[in-house]
Amino acid sequence: MEHIVIIGNGISGVTAARHIRKLSNHKITIISAETEHFFSRTALMYIYMGHMKYEHTKPYEDWFWKKNRINLIFGFVKNIETKSNTLYFENGDTLQYDKLIISTGSKSNKFGWKGQDLEGVLGLYSKQDVDLLETLAPNKEVCKHAVIVGGGLIGVELAEMLHTRKIPVTFLVREDHFWDNVLPVGDAKMISRHILSHGIDLRLKSNLKEIQSDDNGRVNAVIIEETGEVIKCNLVGLTPGVSPNIDMIKQTNIETDQGVLVNRFLETNIENVYAIGDCAQQREPIGHRKAIEAVWYTGRMMGETVAQTICGNKMKYNPGHWFNSAKFFNIEYQTYGWVFPEPKESNKHFHWKHEDDSKCITIEYEKNSNQFLGINTFGIRMKHDIFDRWLTEKRSADYVIEHLKEANFDPEFYKTFESEILNSYSVQFKMV
Amino acid sequence: MSLAKPDSQALSKTQKFGVAIGVIGLFVMILAFFNVDFPNKTLFLSLSLVMITVGTIIFSNNAYLTKQAGIQNDGVWFKSIASRGFWGWILGIVLTLFYIVLYFKAEWLGLAVKGEANSGLVALFDPLSRLLNGGPASQWFVYGTLYTVAILVFGYKFMLKYRHNRYEQLRTVSVMFFQLAFAFLIPEFMARLNSDTFSLPYYDLKNIWPLNYYNFDKYRVDSMIEAGDIGLALLIFGIVSIFVITPILTYKYGKRWYCSWVCGCGGLAETAGDPFRHLSDKTQVAWKIERWVVHSVVVFVTLMTTAVIYSYLGNDSNKYWLTKDVFLLSVAGLLTFVFALVMIFKRKELAKDAQYGAIGYFVIIMAIIGMHYFSGTKHVFLFNTYFLQSSYGFLIGAIFSGVIGVGFYPIFGNRVWCRFGCPMAAVLGFQQRLFSRFRITTNGGQCISCGNCSTYCEMGIDVRAYAQKGENIVRSSCVGCGICAAVCPRGVLKLENDSLKGRINSNDVLLGNDVDLMDLVNQR
Repeated sequence: MEHIVIIGNGISGVTAARHIRKLSNHKITIISAETEHFFSRTALMYIYMGHMKYEHTKPYEDWFWKKNRINLIFGFVKNIETKSNTLYFENGDTLQYDKLIISTGSKSNKFGWKGQDLEGVLGLYSKQDVDLLETLAPNKEVCKHAVIVGGGLIGVELAEMLHTRKIPVTFLVREDHFWDNVLPVGDAKMISRHILSHGIDLRLKSNLKEIQSDDNGRVNAVIIEETGEVIKCNLVGLTPGVSPNIDMIKQTNIETDQGVLVNRFLETNIENVYAIGDCAQQREPIGHRKAIEAVWYTGRMMGETVAQTICGNKMKYNPGHWFNSAKFFNIEYQTYGWVFPEPKESNKHFHWKHEDDSKCITIEYEKNSNQFLGINTFGIRMKHDIFDRWLTEKRSADYVIEHLKEANFDPEFYKTFESEILNSYSVQFKMV
Repeated sequence: MSLAKPDSQALSKTQKFGVAIGVIGLFVMILAFFNVDFPNKTLFLSLSLVMITVGTIIFSNNAYLTKQAGIQNDGVWFKSIASRGFWGWILGIVLTLFYIVLYFKAEWLGLAVKGEANSGLVALFDPLSRLLNGGPASQWFVYGTLYTVAILVFGYKFMLKYRHNRYEQLRTVSVMFFQLAFAFLIPEFMARLNSDTFSLPYYDLKNIWPLNYYNFDKYRVDSMIEAGDIGLALLIFGIVSIFVITPILTYKYGKRWYCSWVCGCGGLAETAGDPFRHLSDKTQVAWKIERWVVHSVVVFVTLMTTAVIYSYLGNDSNKYWLTKDVFLLSVAGLLTFVFALVMIFKRKELAKDAQYGAIGYFVIIMAIIGMHYFSGTKHVFLFNTYFLQSSYGFLIGAIFSGVIGVGFYPIFGNRVWCRFGCPMAAVLGFQQRLFSRFRITTNGGQCISCGNCSTYCEMGIDVRAYAQKGENIVRSSCVGCGICAAVCPRGVLKLENDSLKGRINSNDVLLGNDVDLMDLVNQR
């Protein structure tokens, strides 16, 4: 029976722990410096918005860990001595491990802006960030104006959060259209309009130059790079992406680059040390995927896989077809397969948008063979297992459009749009 | 954790105005309760009801039409009334007291002592009562009117809140219709048919046994039989509802056809009770208690009804084919038949303690029926029929269903009765779990474990636990309200009816990972 120690109690580390427990009797310890128990980071925004309380974000009741003999340590690991398999805690404690899983997650990016460490500037990633946000921006009297820098998923969620407290938001986005480094232009434009429709002051093609403060070191304004405009504000949310949280790991023998370097088996350069989730970096990116995948689903998948390896069934991290999801204010987004902002050289896009400007799809398909490669769907719920199967079966785009009804996952009695989409597709491509 | 109650959750001026109008309308009724004798009762009653309605409409329009369509749960846990704060407790106490007075001290509401005229609050409703059924009002008429008005005005509010969701809108229209037509207007109009020679019992057609636990009481059955063909039709309809209509509809659609689309308790819960749905207890302990309590109530009502019908049946098979003995044998036969079917075909789907519970209850019921059959006394398990009947009516019908059921909305959520006490829920749920096409499908690997579904499940089901395993939700307590699917930010849940095969399908490794790993781990 070995002692498996996991640093980080997010979805990756916890999934690994659960699966290791199902497969073995190893001693398992999960360490976290963020919270005492696992909670769902995706739900942090809802705490601030008043939809849920913190305890609702915990997927397992507190007795779960003891019942499954998973030890929890609330503390900060300041060093890992791989030669002696020892962890050193900030408070002086030590812990021995037989196998170590590093799942320390991400930290918010800062790109060296002047004033980025002022009081009133924060990222949005951890529970501590949300607690800080509550004190800095409890209402629009205390926080008269907020500026968000960085147009991605976290930025738009922060905008939605502040909007529920009626705090005016200026949103600085360096791209031409919102999230157009990921979304094709038709999708990105619709999302940009949707964000504007909520009264968010969305500034596209705008970079942050610097953050200014008052005499007390408190944020009081930002300056936009392109125009020199000064925007008075009490709060600056820096959401220009995340990077692996590995500052502590860098001083150890474990090899790192941007993240902790791992092979396909999620092994680091040290024999009994693994890394999974946001903090892990594949030496060779897999397929079209990035080397670092900071996504909830891939973290979970890596946890499921590394548990097999640790319990004697060595398995490669071998993700299936790409999928992801998000929500932009009131518009839900799902993606299955690969849809690039510009179709890859041998591919084309088909785009359909509903006239009410709240639903659209984009399909990427191979030009010559018509093979369906991926779909973005906004405002229409679609089935994961159907698209996964169609991608495996290498169905044509024609087939997918014709059978789109099978993939519909909207609630009963909802209006359906498959025939409208089919019409649009037929007209555009003169289908027989 | 919130250091300062966000002022953005304060009511807008228009909403305050709407509340003020509604409260003034309510105040007229409070004045009547304190025996203010309004000269023109028709005018003041109309004024009161209209102001309550208009106030709610003004409030709802401003709360929801000023925002884009979508989920409207901002600030739910910050508002005092919706998060067990000061106003939530005040409302809970007021509702509980109202129910206690309604059930046990109706004379305080102004119900007339024999022969005299009504006074107080009840008298205010006399004009409406005379309009509908031709007679003076009673405390039940007052209750019925207020109940119906609540479902209608809060149904309107609910439809605005969920105006982006067709399922919720249609379901609410259904519930509003069934309450207005079946629970209120039809029985009131039917009362007009009553005379010295012809009398039908007050019958809400959608209220089925065992929820309608008194439907087979002697006075009602006599009344129906003596009222010619119509009466007999009502009696047969009541029986057909139990043994034919309910099983078929529950098989096809799950118990949601009743609990979320038809039932009056459900109707109030979903409309007036919507602001409290997230207060349901989600812990595993609550679920453990729930299973035992609600199934014990079914056993109680079955024994009680059997005893009641037994007590007024005859012994002479020449006079009427349904004698005491035939009845007991039929009940025993039916229960044995159902028990056998479940144990033979569905034993694996019951948890260990559920199997023991089923066997235990079955043995108890059969023993009691056996004692009866062989000894022929009026007693059932040491208690007499009247005691069983009145204690059930008191404990379950009044206290559990009314006082606790609605009074506790702001504290324990809107479905306390449905979850812990309703025998109909237990019976329908039993069928839903074992033999129904209904389920909530989960969307592959898309769940992000945020917890919105579990938080807003009024029945306290840990929906997230299923979604994050990619497992269909087939739970006996699920009433199919559809809110979990509505609040899910990633479109992971869908209520649907589909084949029974493979209905229950847990996955430890979700879709999206290595297909070989999925096969390895999900293999059962």
